[in-house]
Amino acid sequence: MWDWNTAREGLPVVLHGFGITLLATVLGSVVAMVLGLLIAVLRRAPTRWVTVPVRIVVEFVRSTPVMIQLFAVWVLVPGLDPLTIGIAVLGIHYAMYTSEVYRAGIDAVPQGQWEAAVALSLPRGRVWRAVILPQAVRKVVPALGNYVISMFKETPFLSVITVQEMVHEANEYGSVHFAYLEAFTLAAAIFLVASYPTSMLMRRLEKRLAQ
Amino acid sequence: MSEFLTQFSRSLPSVWQGVSVTLQATVLSALLALVLAFVLGFMSRSDQLLVRGLSRVVVEFLRGTSLYVQLFWLFFALPILGFKLEPLACAVVAFGLNYGAYGSEVVRGALNAVPQAQWEAAVALNLSPWQRMRRVILPQAWVQMIPPFNNLLIQLLKSTPLLSLITISDLTFQMDQLRSTTGNTAAAYVTLLVIYFVLAYALTLLMNALEAVAKARLGQGSGLRHVLKPPSAGITDPDGRAARAGGV
Amino acid sequence: MLSDTDPKEETGPGGHTEAVDDALTNKGDALRNDSPANDSPVADMVRFDQVVKRFGDHTVLDQLDFGLRRGERVTLIGPSGSGKTTILRLLMTLERVTEGTIHVDGEPFSHMPGGRDGLVPANEKYLRERRRRIGMVFQQFNLFPNMKVLENVTEAPVHVLGLSRDEAAERGRELLDLVGLADKCDAHPTQLSGGQQQRVAIARALAMRPDILLLDEVTSALDPELVAGVLDVLRDIALSTDITMLCVTHEMGFARDVSDRVMMFDHGHVLEAGPPDQLFEAPEHTRTREFLSAVL
Repeated sequence: MWDWNTAREGLPVVLHGFGITLLATVLGSVVAMVLGLLIAVLRRAPTRWVTVPVRIVVEFVRSTPVMIQLFAVWVLVPGLDPLTIGIAVLGIHYAMYTSEVYRAGIDAVPQGQWEAAVALSLPRGRVWRAVILPQAVRKVVPALGNYVISMFKETPFLSVITVQEMVHEANEYGSVHFAYLEAFTLAAAIFLVASYPTSMLMRRLEKRLAQ
Repeated sequence: MSEFLTQFSRSLPSVWQGVSVTLQATVLSALLALVLAFVLGFMSRSDQLLVRGLSRVVVEFLRGTSLYVQLFWLFFALPILGFKLEPLACAVVAFGLNYGAYGSEVVRGALNAVPQAQWEAAVALNLSPWQRMRRVILPQAWVQMIPPFNNLLIQLLKSTPLLSLITISDLTFQMDQLRSTTGNTAAAYVTLLVIYFVLAYALTLLMNALEAVAKARLGQGSGLRHVLKPPSAGITDPDGRAARAGGV
Repeated sequence: MLSDTDPKEETGPGGHTEAVDDALTNKGDALRNDSPANDSPVADMVRFDQVVKRFGDHTVLDQLDFGLRRGERVTLIGPSGSGKTTILRLLMTLERVTEGTIHVDGEPFSHMPGGRDGLVPANEKYLRERRRRIGMVFQQFNLFPNMKVLENVTEAPVHVLGLSRDEAAERGRELLDLVGLADKCDAHPTQLSGGQQQRVAIARALAMRPDILLLDEVTSALDPELVAGVLDVLRDIALSTDITMLCVTHEMGFARDVSDRVMMFDHGHVLEAGPPDQLFEAPEHTRTREFLSAVL
């Protein structure tokens, strides 16, 4: 049954893992945001030699389980520490999703904006940087934020490659002290407390931007 | 490599066994999620503040606490409270509840997306509230739910390697066995990824077919010809909340 | 009390016998002793008493009094946003009154008997019993895209009036024939032009054999060349049945052809009303003159 003392003693252990969880989420998000944008722009490339392979990779990575991807990279790329692998794999996996978000944002920029940029003879790089992306990204910030929350809740997968994030720590504490109930309940509560306000924030942002 | 292929073909029956366990868990979870999605989705539109509030709390709780933790909680912590579920039941309940919560947002969004004018026309014909929902609103909303439901189904499928972590002999488990007998890690994992990709693609084709049929009944689209479109369409939201606008 | 499912009670347009009507009217009269005096309450099919409709701070209808006689065809004209459509929507129960009451055929409609004051706001069950005597055609047609044309027309007769499918289908075909679309029974609404969709919507409303038909700017969303076909159908119906009609329209020619009475509406009030000839030829109000010269 539930024991408050066990819970109190377990809390620091779980919270320590939460630090790793946050670190993985933040760095993974940076990878996803940057790589996703790059992929979105590549998918607008003028030649099929670029767009088709990019699309195949996106489809494949997105349609397969992140847990297997973690395992695969972990055993196939020796010499990297598990946290680095975890951040990279999670970030790349989510980049496939964020690229779709960026793409929708780019598609939503009116054709007239491209035409106006052409009419001003702006170079292509300048069109992207100064005209299209600022408009596209603004609209999709809440959707990107939702993926960050989503990624946050998938960080426990990193425990399968021995990263000592929150659920890994909870699991260990639970097995050593036979306190699974307290350990996993704490982990669930921390997830809820961290993700709920963030998702509320995204929802408000979404409403604000929709106006 | 050729040794791996020999081993792989030799262990095809157990791989197939794994596939069927994985698919079984996927389908059962999806059914539970579908039921829950509709229950919570309808509750979220209730006139009663209490019912609406309850739905909100349940959805936020299930979405906020991470599937991974929910599964482990059911598997490791629940027995301590005196309820022991079979591993497969744990998985189905965890997946079903979690994806059901996400699905309820899809249901809610799609119902809200049916134009107000359709409700009004149904009122003007004096259809009862139930008839309005059953005969006018749901058939239209349903079409809009299919693409985001497909996204959630693929996400659910992608969560199934978790089964192997709670002692279930699923596809991942069987391929891991193959990996240790052959010692060919790369081949085993690549094969596993490819199998998952094929499964995801097959599910998407199935859902596209469903959507095409549903759309044809609304006089939209051109029947089954669009079934082969890539599965990417409409995935812009982790919650699958972004129901695509209907029509072509 | 009319049963929900017994089709025998429905006897076609204007369906009730005089005896039934009298009974309903008398019952209604007893309930409305507090309403202001009016010319001929017994004959009124629709009666608005001091109706106020507010959306937030915005008053759309301000203590509106008006009535429709049985079989009368009345057109509401006036600038957009003057509250004409709100009148139709109140009658169709798509909106609820803020103050005041609406009676239909002598019976309370926006309210039902009960409570200390004798009337309380009507609930869904009460509305369902009374609402089916009223049909409405919308500006945007609002056909159900999940049903074929004939199904749109037969849906309510089968599920509300309780007609058999065959009977409903037969009547549905007749009505579609009446609106010139007999060959479109199996089409999807999306395959029809706007004018055709609107004619289906008219058939759909008529299939419920309403005593009162509400027409809400039914040609406003149509391409100009499609307007005539829809108006011809409505003209036929107006001249060949005794359905009480209340139209909101910008088609002054149509208003003149079919109306017994035209009401000029502005800022939530009836500015003036009269037979079309009188109102169009010799309007009393400057506002009416200005409006007419702007639209004619």
